[in-house]
Amino acid sequence: MTDSLAKRILVAVLGWAVALLLFFPIFWMVLTSFKSETDAITARLFFQPTLASYGEVFARADYLAFAFNSIAISLGGTVLALALAIPAAYSMAFHPTPRTRGTLLWMLSTKMLPPVGVLVPIYLLFRTTGLLDTRSGLIGIYALMNLPIVVWMLFTFYKEVPHEILEAGRMDGATTWGEVYHLLMPLTLPGVASTGLLSLILCWNEAFWSLNLTSSHAAPLTAFIASFSSPEGLFFAKLSAASTMAVAPILIFGWFSQKQLVQGLTFGAVK
Amino acid sequence: MSATSIEAGTAPGDAAPAASAPARSFLVMPSVLVLLVWMIVPLVMTLWFSFRNYNLLDPTTQGFAGINNYAYLVTDPDFWASLRNTLVLLASVLVITVGLGTLLAVLFNQPFPGRNVARVLAISPFFVMPTVAALVWKNLMMHPIYGVLGVVARAFGMQPVDWFSQFPLASVIGIVSWEWLPFALLILLTAVQSLDNEQREAARMDGAGMIAQFFFITLPHLSRAISVVIMIETIFLLSVFAEIFVTTSGGPGNATTNLAFLIYARALLQFDVGGASAGGVVAILLANIVAFFLVRTVARRLET
Amino acid sequence: MATLSLRNVRKAYGPVEVIKGIDLDIDDREFVVFVGPSGCGKSTLLRMIAGLEQITGGDLNIDGKRVNEVGPADRGLAMVFQSYALYPHMTVSENMGFALRLAKVPKAERDTKVKEAARILQLGPYLDRKPKDLSGGQRQRVAIGRAIVRAPKVFLFDEPLSNLDAALRGQTRIEIARLHEELATTMIYVTHDQVEAMTMADKIVVLQAGRVEQVGSPLELYHNPANIFVAGFIGSPRMNVIDATVVSAGGGGVEVRLPSGAQIVVEVAAGAMQPGMPVRLGIRPEAMRIDPSGPIAGEVRLVERLGGLTLLHLGAEGRDDLIVQVEGTSAVEAHQAVRVSADGAACHLFDADGLALPRLARHQLVA
Ligand SMILES: Nc1ncnc2c1ncn2[C@@H]1O[C@H](COP(=O)(O)OP(=O)(O)O)[C@@H](O)[C@H]1O
Ligand SMILES: [Mg+2]
Repeated sequence: MTDSLAKRILVAVLGWAVALLLFFPIFWMVLTSFKSETDAITARLFFQPTLASYGEVFARADYLAFAFNSIAISLGGTVLALALAIPAAYSMAFHPTPRTRGTLLWMLSTKMLPPVGVLVPIYLLFRTTGLLDTRSGLIGIYALMNLPIVVWMLFTFYKEVPHEILEAGRMDGATTWGEVYHLLMPLTLPGVASTGLLSLILCWNEAFWSLNLTSSHAAPLTAFIASFSSPEGLFFAKLSAASTMAVAPILIFGWFSQKQLVQGLTFGAVK
Repeated sequence: MSATSIEAGTAPGDAAPAASAPARSFLVMPSVLVLLVWMIVPLVMTLWFSFRNYNLLDPTTQGFAGINNYAYLVTDPDFWASLRNTLVLLASVLVITVGLGTLLAVLFNQPFPGRNVARVLAISPFFVMPTVAALVWKNLMMHPIYGVLGVVARAFGMQPVDWFSQFPLASVIGIVSWEWLPFALLILLTAVQSLDNEQREAARMDGAGMIAQFFFITLPHLSRAISVVIMIETIFLLSVFAEIFVTTSGGPGNATTNLAFLIYARALLQFDVGGASAGGVVAILLANIVAFFLVRTVARRLET
Repeated sequence: MATLSLRNVRKAYGPVEVIKGIDLDIDDREFVVFVGPSGCGKSTLLRMIAGLEQITGGDLNIDGKRVNEVGPADRGLAMVFQSYALYPHMTVSENMGFALRLAKVPKAERDTKVKEAARILQLGPYLDRKPKDLSGGQRQRVAIGRAIVRAPKVFLFDEPLSNLDAALRGQTRIEIARLHEELATTMIYVTHDQVEAMTMADKIVVLQAGRVEQVGSPLELYHNPANIFVAGFIGSPRMNVIDATVVSAGGGGVEVRLPSGAQIVVEVAAGAMQPGMPVRLGIRPEAMRIDPSGPIAGEVRLVERLGGLTLLHLGAEGRDDLIVQVEGTSAVEAHQAVRVSADGAACHLFDADGLALPRLARHQLVA
């Protein structure tokens, strides 16, 4: 590259400015969470840090119960979606029929169905079947909600595995199971991981079904945080502390896994 | 046809004697079945309710309502406003995220010190749940008195803006764009990185400047990725809920009521299941219209 | 020990038949090459033998047993794929030992066999590398090694050299021939490159559009091609083909007239040839010579000097792509007018259907 120094400086300044700007609300939220309520309503950058807000949030709501629900529901929904999607994507990628393409597009179009469109019947069904405010109910919903996207992502990964490698495996004596276990799983593990990560993030952050189908027992962190949005939400420090607690696990998880996630987030759009 | 194409095609070895191909192609059935149930059952119920009088608060009025629910819906100014708001929100966020996302993807493709850290910071909003995003923006950022934006405005001697009463829909659009920009950036960045350097060098040999390279080389190369971003974002943007629920509750008036929030308000605030279901049917219709055009054009693009 | 026989083997994809009834016998330890233009069905035929592609009709027998319904791993074959199809997540030795691992061969025995194959292919230093850290030629050898380790009855190769550069291709060709001698097993080798076919094969099977055009030894195909397709496909540079008319037919051969009026006696059995019948005269470039008193006059369009050989591209007899191969370095220049003659004993004659008339003089190396 023969770029001038001026251009390189411009790129660096612009890049960092954009990054900091996008990140600023999160930074500010974390910062505010360590302020006292009186400091919180000032834009002060330097202050006496305190953990008082965290203490109050803990005292007011059972954070750990909400967090546990978030983890259980996100993991459960993701595992269930993967369990359904892996065989489906495998069969569509390696044993396509003339209907395969249509099936995939149809699956995606079900995802276009807005949840509100079916909120009422699902709510009533859940009420009748006793699934309201249960973790298993939400796990089922989340798995179904993400299934089309999960199938699609896995499908794009499986399509990238050269057929000849599986054929070589078959020549070498691999059974269907051996093919899946020895070849397909190791080859597509990065893809499955990145799909799972996306599903986890989507489940963790989902706020429509969790707000409408849970009340106390199965409520995840999205409900926890919604309870701070009432007028007393004006207590900025407490609000920030609660928000930080709701976001921190998935944010830190996301940072550490972002390389993995990015690899998979192409949906077949690249190459 | 590329290996990653959505087009299935016929695979060689699909009829290998050792593997019973039909059995394997049935592995798709569990997913199809659950999705079918997941789609059909509520759909039929929604359709059914939409033709009934059904209010959770008033069990006495029951029975067939004919098209009353629909008639009420289309004569309700809130409904048309919500339809308009839904589409405006969708279109604005798509334009903002795809436009800025493309520019940022090109920016983050240039090497600069600490680029990896900057990239992680820039994509962080994607991990933030919509409820928190909305709360943080509403209170910490956009609050007219205590919010950072207000403080900054005053520091420059300007009158702080009361965002949610003066520009309610634009404010919601801003928040939602902040959430989805990182997603667009991520996908578009991967696509930009996959751009063949030789192609760009060839363009430079042909005398293309920075701008020409962007329009004639980079942008066409990104078209597939842009299609994907549009498709996925549309899926989520048609049913934006938490951001509105937390910030404006659809107001002031119906300024930020989208279809999702309207139905929610009907069903769970006014307990009018019939009316809400009629709205649901419209939402489903709208989604299908969008899906029809989108899935078709995007899918076609993904094939080549 | 492995013999193969194909009886009226067919393959159809839906309504489209791509293999249209093939009969073929392959002897034990034979090196058989399927050759033909791209898309003629070579890979499909090989994959049917491998068991990767279902056989639509006919019988495939290995050692006299029908194996149409036997799975690929149970036919006792090994295949080397064009793309190598190495397992990217396994090391070289894991790649080579994979089949044995699936067959639950004890580790010690597995290692011995992998080491032995690595020795034969000089892969010893690379056993712990992943395929992505190997050069193209090394990957190619791993793919062959993976086949060797299984000690198959038959080796199948699908264009194994097409991803290598020219120098490596020549070298690997020799290695595979050496391997065939060392392992003494049946090998079936698919290529579209007639040089590979000529240099490696005991028996060449020329395919076109899903049919066998001719089966024979390389020299037999070269000297006695059954039809004009085989004649054009085997031999490099290509045989020159000139439209001609029969002047007279007799015991000494057939005399034909070329478009320019020149006449040549071709030493082939006259059969049903009658004066006036249209025929096509085939002359290999090496059977033509610069000859000031030769019957064919033409203009040199292009001269290719290969050092040991010179190829003259000639415009003559209504064609502008006749090739004359001259030993050594010729002094002839482009745009020069020349006369050439052809050796009637080495010429071929094809009837209106493209079928060759039997030549009178058999080559001494061809039975
Ligand atoms: N899975 C398939 N479906 C339909 N046609 C196919 C399939 N595989 C190969 N063919 C067709 O069969 C013919 C032979 O292909 P192939 O055996 O690969 O040719 P070759 O290896 O000689 O180049 C080609 O015309 C090809 O288009
Ligand atoms: Mg082939």
